[in-house]
Amino acid sequence: MLDATPKEFTERTSGGMINPAKTCQPIGAMYAALGVHGCLPHSHGSQGCCSYHRMHLTRHFRDPIMASTSSFTEGASVFGGGANLKTAIKNIFQIYNPDIIAVHTTCLTETIGDDIPSIIKDADIPEGKTVFHANTPSYQGSHITGFSNMTKAMVSYFAEAAAIKKEQANLIPGFVNPGDMREIKRIAHLMGVPFIMFPDTSGVVDTPMTGEFVMFPKGGTKLAELADSGASKLTVALGRFASSDAAEALAKKCRVPAVTLKTPIGIKATDAFVMALRRAFVKEVPWALEEERGQLVDIMTDTHFHFHGKKVAIFGDPDVVTGLTEFAVSLGMVPVHVLTGTPGGAIGSDVGSFEEDIAAIAGQSGHKANIKAGGDLFALHQLIKNEPVDLLIGNTYGKYIARAEDIPFVRVGFPILDRSVHSYLPVVGYRGAMRLVEMIAGALLDRQDRDAADEDFELVM
Amino acid sequence: MAMTLEQISEMLAKYPSKVEKNRKKHIIIKDSSADRQEIEANTRTIPGIITNRGCAYAGCKGVVLGPLKDMVHITHGPIGCGYYSWGTRRNKARADEPGQEFLNYCVSTDMQESDIVFGGEKKLAKVIDEVAGIFKPKAITVSATCPVGLIGDDINAVARAAEERLGIPILAFSCEGYKGVSQSAGHHIANNGLVERVIGAGDREEAAGKYPINLLGEYNIGGDSWEIERILDEIGYTVVSVMTGNGSYEDLKNAHTAELNLVQCHRSINYIAGMLETKYGTPWLKVNFIGVAATAESLRNMARYFDDPALTARTEEIIARELARVEPQIEQYRKLCEGKTAFCFVGGSRGHHYQGLFAELGIDTVLAGYEFAHRDDYEGRQVIPEIKTDADSKNIPDLHVTADERRFRLKVSPEKLAELQRQIPLSFYAGMQVDMADGTIMVDDLNHYETEEFIKLLKPDIFASGIKDKYVVQKMGIPAKQLHSYDYSGPYAGFGGAVNFARDVSMGFVSPTWNFIVPPWKEEPLLTGSVTEEGVA
Repeated sequence: MLDATPKEFTERTSGGMINPAKTCQPIGAMYAALGVHGCLPHSHGSQGCCSYHRMHLTRHFRDPIMASTSSFTEGASVFGGGANLKTAIKNIFQIYNPDIIAVHTTCLTETIGDDIPSIIKDADIPEGKTVFHANTPSYQGSHITGFSNMTKAMVSYFAEAAAIKKEQANLIPGFVNPGDMREIKRIAHLMGVPFIMFPDTSGVVDTPMTGEFVMFPKGGTKLAELADSGASKLTVALGRFASSDAAEALAKKCRVPAVTLKTPIGIKATDAFVMALRRAFVKEVPWALEEERGQLVDIMTDTHFHFHGKKVAIFGDPDVVTGLTEFAVSLGMVPVHVLTGTPGGAIGSDVGSFEEDIAAIAGQSGHKANIKAGGDLFALHQLIKNEPVDLLIGNTYGKYIARAEDIPFVRVGFPILDRSVHSYLPVVGYRGAMRLVEMIAGALLDRQDRDAADEDFELVM
Repeated sequence: MAMTLEQISEMLAKYPSKVEKNRKKHIIIKDSSADRQEIEANTRTIPGIITNRGCAYAGCKGVVLGPLKDMVHITHGPIGCGYYSWGTRRNKARADEPGQEFLNYCVSTDMQESDIVFGGEKKLAKVIDEVAGIFKPKAITVSATCPVGLIGDDINAVARAAEERLGIPILAFSCEGYKGVSQSAGHHIANNGLVERVIGAGDREEAAGKYPINLLGEYNIGGDSWEIERILDEIGYTVVSVMTGNGSYEDLKNAHTAELNLVQCHRSINYIAGMLETKYGTPWLKVNFIGVAATAESLRNMARYFDDPALTARTEEIIARELARVEPQIEQYRKLCEGKTAFCFVGGSRGHHYQGLFAELGIDTVLAGYEFAHRDDYEGRQVIPEIKTDADSKNIPDLHVTADERRFRLKVSPEKLAELQRQIPLSFYAGMQVDMADGTIMVDDLNHYETEEFIKLLKPDIFASGIKDKYVVQKMGIPAKQLHSYDYSGPYAGFGGAVNFARDVSMGFVSPTWNFIVPPWKEEPLLTGSVTEEGVA
């Protein structure tokens, strides 16, 4: 397994990737667009992109992922894709009848410079139907950037400024699973804070089996809600990389104050989320949440000796990795290698440095971690070969490293292609943190059992 | 159950008129009494239509080159394409040499905006140097993605220079995603490259054993080629190379030493088969190792070609042994499958091959088609001369191949060849159409809307396709079998594979989970009562 990866570092200066820890913008945009009710994501480019993105999202969610494509051939690539997009819009509305089409670009259409707003303006759009777009060049940022850009487009197209603000929050959950979005909504409900969540893929990519296929399921943020987001009192952006651009755009466009927090993974980040709602809306934290939190602390205390001092490597999307690293430190673990494939900040924005954030968090464990933004899994594997860890946390692609180096492995993040159910069960909030404790402790204890001599094999641990 | 033309017209009437006119030509109801039935294929996908098709890059790097295990495959482009074609096709492989198996590595030049603006050639050259230094592979491929062609990076020149610098073959493939109309264009591009640069590059003049063959168009999904090779080895064949499942640059180099080329997936690799015939005089035989009967027939056809009594006897001996082993097992599963109907929509030749295996289980295929086929895959190779090339197919060069002066040798005399061609599909493929029953439907590039409509009309019991429509169909309460990835099972090829397939399909039918779709409260009224003489009680 990965036998050709040498332990010795060779300086790599090409900027090429070996086993990437990120993918391209359009897939993130497609996922975000699925979080709008009645929306069909449309990929403007060659059909291969759309096919790859649908395939990959389908494998992660194990649910239908509907999206259309402009199906470029060479002619469109040379003469521009205006005709293809206009034909596509006409056909989509007549055949599939969505309320909204969300167009995103690909590296092909970005390179030839198709002017999407002008094409949309000239397109034949039926009464009461909507087309909006985001530019998502694959040669900038990552899938997280694409998610962020499509979320921002929701603001720039639909949010309407209101003179009088309502007692409601905008919640931007970032690139997380529908199970996580449901959990974030549950917490807001428990806090008694009315909210608009966008995008919201719950009810879209975790639909129930009813014996019937529904192309536009019940879930997703409604257009009226997106419009109303300009009237909210506060925007809470969860995860800087995926969510802060939209929050800032909303602040600029509709004067909705924004606060950017970590994705609420682990106790500290969840506390911060609850406190932000409490402060802004002057709400008591209900006993139900306090109880959950207390249970979590109880569990963390009960199990601390499994975790304390254990070396962990964490990789994945920056917002998720940030939360996971903070939680690992809260459990007494030592983050030794922390890596994201997404470059340090989205191009054209100042979301800042992943490395600095992680260094601050990891520093609390008393150790200096190897931290890398814009890295790849080849680099992570080499780091681990040189400084082994007790646990690896990351997406499915980590399983090769875990097997090669015989490390317990916990799957968190995107994509998880080799397990099911994960997208339904949250890792955010206090409940999500309990689940993380169970997953991490389970992996470590399974390993201890596996390695134990007969006389050390114990019933109670 | 058969559909009428009226029903199809009604279904298509929902389309905008241009789309309706276009799609009509891609749908045929098989009618053997008709003079001939022409299907339109390998034409552009209509923008906006939700299609399952991929792109030229997917066909070139994803399908044909990707499984070659001892080469490092570099994707030149932004990160996505390389990433999505990484580990997704289940091409199983075992290293022939330690440290020379690179299937779990995904190398991308990860082009950034500056590379798009100023060109990506320098970066590509650097990436080639880096991976050559780290992995020390025997050879490297470079596959281009959409923006590379647009900005005009000369990947051939970069590869040539790197080849001189590093002393290993570096093969460049201009398989930009927008070329052609589907994956098919990429297959052709990959085929050309392998014939031009790899096959024949080895110095062997003769194969290492008797009855040397190449197995073309077999990608070892779920271990298929291992199951096929098990039998071929036992019979006594020498498998020189498999293209490209568990395939290697080292084996491929000497593929010219084979006496016969077998073609499993016709679409993705018929170009190589044809070119090898011209270059080395090696005929090709269309085989089908999916299904018990098809596997036995393919083995018998091979024996006929080599025409050696010992080989024929051994073939029959193995077939008899395997039939005795697998038929009782399949019979058990057949009881669960008998009388059911299937849709079979898979790329390559699978849309055709799996119909036979379904039939062995008592399942009738009522609709079949391909994502990226050409007319010959449906109608047979005799239609090739009448297929018009258009702008979308002209951009894939037809490699001009001539007889290799040193190595060309007629493997069988023209007379013998003609005689064999009357008996077996030698250098010929009859297409899917001939094997389909009257009244069944062929659809080229079946799309989402038509999938839903055809399912409503024909109510199949099982839907065989890929991941993108699997969950769509399952939501309708119909078992969906992935025939690209086999739902992570397999092998499905050969005798043993047929049993696996029968087991998996039966499992799909009898899973208890289907019984839970309707909740009990939907089947029982909330209030119950009875009417008495006094009123409602």
